[in-house]
Amino acid sequence: MQSETKSHVDQVTSPAGHPVTVLRFEGDIASTSKDAVLGTYQALPKTTVKLILLDFTKVDYINSSGIALVIQLLIEASNSGQKVAAFGLSAHFTKVFTMVGITKYAGLFADQAAALAAL
Amino acid sequence: MSERKTTNVEVRLPSRMGFEKVAMSTAASVAKLMGFRDDRVEDLKTAVAEACINAIEHGNRLNEKLSVGVILSAGVDSLEVKVIDDGKGMKTQPAKPDIDRKMHGEEDPRGMGMFLIQALVDEAEWVAGSDGKSSYVRLVIRLDKDAD
Repeated sequence: MQSETKSHVDQVTSPAGHPVTVLRFEGDIASTSKDAVLGTYQALPKTTVKLILLDFTKVDYINSSGIALVIQLLIEASNSGQKVAAFGLSAHFTKVFTMVGITKYAGLFADQAAALAAL
Repeated sequence: MSERKTTNVEVRLPSRMGFEKVAMSTAASVAKLMGFRDDRVEDLKTAVAEACINAIEHGNRLNEKLSVGVILSAGVDSLEVKVIDDGKGMKTQPAKPDIDRKMHGEEDPRGMGMFLIQALVDEAEWVAGSDGKSSYVRLVIRLDKDAD
């Protein structure tokens, strides 16, 4: 019933010249999304990946279990000295992420260009 | 929509994760018919989805022999949603989630559903069934909330 979460990884460069890894998600972010969210993140080499963007542009539905997966990702990234930001959330989910305090640990931006400029 | 009387819509969901989206879509359709703004419809969708997830996962413990009842009552200026399960209901409400405690491993990253429900609708109450089951959460969202 829940749509499968797809994810893929892109490598881009920030305006400041830093390599940035972008995790692009598509579909629902829910309890069934562990592999797509945490699995994709955990497959990244922690020694070289230091800047990460989460792309929610193609995500329509995020529930509290999905938010918990994002928080788990942020915990692991924090423990690995990685900086994480996110972009592409709808106005509603930007509000929800802000309500639960995620903005304290990951900046939220309207689009990829704005997120890259802030890194 | 009717000018005066309450209009009821009922949905019955299997206790399987993902089916909360059926209730979510139904609630959104009713709210749009009533004239709620888009941002309030989004608030309602998340609140209803979280209430159904709690009913499926905690109330009915993912037992697919049990169903979750969702009753939407559209009044003149408010929409009430009851989500009913076969659990014993909440004895105590969980503490407000603390992102710092979650980030430091002192609190489960999950456990935000009830907080989101309370934050996104105008009224939320959890009622334990008198027979030890048939508990429900009742949500109300008002049409004139933050009206321009």
